[in-house]
Amino acid sequence: MVKQLSDFAVGERGKVKTVTGEGKIRRRLFDMGVTPGADVLLKKKAPLGDPLEITIRGYELTLRQSEAACVTMEADK
Amino acid sequence: MKKFALAGNPNCGKTTLFNLLTGSTAYVGNWPGVTVDKREGTYKGGEEKVDIVDLPGIYSLSPYTPEEIVSRNYILDEKPDCVINIVDATNLERNLYLTTQLMEIDVPVIIALNMMDAVEKSGDKIDAKALEQKTGLPVVAISALKGAGIKELMDRAIKLSKEGRKGETLLKNSPIAHLIRDVAIALEGQKVENPLFHAVKLSEMDEIEAGMHPELVETVDKFKATFTDETFGTDFEAIVADARYKYISANYSSVVEKKNTEERVLSKSDKADRVLTHRIWGIPIFLVILLGIFHLTFSENLLFLNGFTDAQGWMPTLEELGMDTGNAGVTLLACFYDGAVFSPGVMITNLWNWIIGWIGTLLELCCANAAPWVGSFVVDGIWGGLSAVLGFLPQILVLFLFFSILEDSGYMARVAFILDRIFRKFGLSGRAFMPMIMGFGCSLPAMINTRTLADEQERTATVRVIPFFSCGAKLPILTAVAGAIVASFGVGNADLITYGMYVLGIVTAIVCVLIMRSTTMRGDVPPFIMELPTYHRPLFKGLMIHLWDKTKHFVKKAFTIIFASTIIIWFLSSFSWEWRFLLEEVEGNMVNLQTEQSILGSIGMLIQPLFTPLGFGSQLGANGWVFAVAALTGLVAKENVIATFGTLAAAVAGSYIATEEGITEVVAMIGATGITIPALISFIAFNMLTIPCFAACATAKAELPKGKFKWTLLFWVCTSYIVSSMIYLIGSWWWTAFVFAAAIAAVVVTIVLWNKKRPALKKAAAERKAEQIAELAVSDDEKEEK
Repeated sequence: MVKQLSDFAVGERGKVKTVTGEGKIRRRLFDMGVTPGADVLLKKKAPLGDPLEITIRGYELTLRQSEAACVTMEADK
Repeated sequence: MKKFALAGNPNCGKTTLFNLLTGSTAYVGNWPGVTVDKREGTYKGGEEKVDIVDLPGIYSLSPYTPEEIVSRNYILDEKPDCVINIVDATNLERNLYLTTQLMEIDVPVIIALNMMDAVEKSGDKIDAKALEQKTGLPVVAISALKGAGIKELMDRAIKLSKEGRKGETLLKNSPIAHLIRDVAIALEGQKVENPLFHAVKLSEMDEIEAGMHPELVETVDKFKATFTDETFGTDFEAIVADARYKYISANYSSVVEKKNTEERVLSKSDKADRVLTHRIWGIPIFLVILLGIFHLTFSENLLFLNGFTDAQGWMPTLEELGMDTGNAGVTLLACFYDGAVFSPGVMITNLWNWIIGWIGTLLELCCANAAPWVGSFVVDGIWGGLSAVLGFLPQILVLFLFFSILEDSGYMARVAFILDRIFRKFGLSGRAFMPMIMGFGCSLPAMINTRTLADEQERTATVRVIPFFSCGAKLPILTAVAGAIVASFGVGNADLITYGMYVLGIVTAIVCVLIMRSTTMRGDVPPFIMELPTYHRPLFKGLMIHLWDKTKHFVKKAFTIIFASTIIIWFLSSFSWEWRFLLEEVEGNMVNLQTEQSILGSIGMLIQPLFTPLGFGSQLGANGWVFAVAALTGLVAKENVIATFGTLAAAVAGSYIATEEGITEVVAMIGATGITIPALISFIAFNMLTIPCFAACATAKAELPKGKFKWTLLFWVCTSYIVSSMIYLIGSWWWTAFVFAAAIAAVVVTIVLWNKKRPALKKAAAERKAEQIAELAVSDDEKEEK
């Protein structure tokens, strides 16, 4: 199922399909390893619901809902 | 001498390796143009001495953060003889991403595979030999922490530096490989150095690169027109990043032999994180930790052993125990206990001041036979200034030690994670928390810490409000005046007033950031895409390095700017315009009983009317200038304010009455001037919010972008003036609250309306521009047709 990373529920896994967004944010996402094909696990949300913590390429990365909305995912079943 | 550069991701052990290599030879400078620390040192362990340059921690050589630009320019322009790329073995994939970019530069690169011990501990295996074959770069496994493999690393690096290396790219099989090749050949024809690196960056349409080689942008554009990729279209930046990671996972992942991953899903770090960033308990736990830190640093009633309120107090003071408080042994005991057990921070501060006090007494004895002005210069000017500044050192050390523990353990990153939501409301990111909280210790290291913020506007806003987080030097002013208010007027609670002032500072900071972000610093909230490092137990050595990193700026400035400014203040308050030395001996102390004749006093009298709306100006009458002078000395350095109180109170009262807390002095000044409570509160608010001190000004000037400093000074003066006059006026005439409320409402409405209108205006301007461009294009086409 295709959806944005920001719509993921905690514990949901998936693969990155595409990354959109403004230049700086997109580049930063690429540099941190959020590239197509990468496996992502939405590990948790911060106490106030935002930002998110994901596990990607074996480490923990945090990003905001608004930034996660730039990442289109293929969710695992 | 050969020059080696250290490059690697943040948190990969770079600093540890650097310190290991250079020992005590390191010194810190600044990169020209940008405010990023440059560390240099010498490695002496090999056949020849080598200069080591520590580049800032980076994830990529992209052109977006100052750290990345600095590192990139250093390697390209300064041409080090070898780049030592430190790679965190526990996180190979992301670390190698930087390696794939470094290897495109024509410079020898050696990989230092760090934290191999941690990998082995977790049960994984990494084949360093295989990695060497895959990358074509020499790989040496090291442990920066234990100092293993360092000699081998350096020996190979030195050997490598003699050979030189041509850049290589792993994008050879990517869809845009021949574009890169074409551009590289074109660049080589122009005799550009590092053609391959520039070619790759140009293909990505990197901003810096496109500006450097505008003639080649066309080549890329032409190629783009003929190119399509199924997934990425013509987004070459994405293609390159994707190709790098694909290559890494396809090739290098095979060198890692992972233990069954499902088995260790819950590591220790995960367990700790579950509690510390818990949905419900995360924020309360954070608040408790924060309170605990401040309690252990500042509290004079450890763990509330002596009860929460004065009424519950049961511990006797030393005097009540019948001890002689003049006895040296008893004064030493009083450093740890006097009516209550002190917190470690207070104990260390007291002990430190006890030692400083003895040195001062010794100095006084030494100068007993010298001319009065010489004795005063040495004891009051030089030593007085030094001890006033150094007196804050223990508390700063203790506070920053706690912060370093939080940082090294990995918790500070989680605090940013927890708080980001709240900070975003004010237009900042969670990362701004760290520099702000450091402001409670000292503004200098706090301002320098803003370098960790990626966004320039966020950095500027944060630097500006840091002084509002009342620092160690402002605390004595608060306690002295609060104590005097209670003593003179018999109202209120001194602790409550002090606490209230801290809250006022924080509220002012929030309001100011909000105003800045909606007027002069409009723009998107800075991105928050950050690594959350695994939790570590902090190591003593690392802690000390980080503690020193934070404190050194204070110490350095203490011995230069703060020291010089206290001497200047001593001079201005001790001499008259006719160069007459004004101090005389009263009861064994050098006191100035004619301060109004001093240079400082006359300046104070001149500017006294300026403070009238704040409550400590002309309305105080003949002796009113004392508060103006105290505030003036505070602009130079806040620790001067209490010392000035002593001098001024002596002048007003005609005898020496200086005490350590400064309460008696303020009481004397209240008696002499008839200043009111609102005016006193306004006075401390002014001191807290105005120009912090010369040292902080110098730091702010260095940290802020060019041209912003003068506006920052104006911002500090205006904010303190407005807030203080509000306190005084509302406190004195309650109905003025309505006037202020109306004024604030008018300002808020104007800003909101203006900001609503702005996007529409902007859009209209953009449309107009687009139309013009379209018209031009049409006329160009017409010309061509003709």
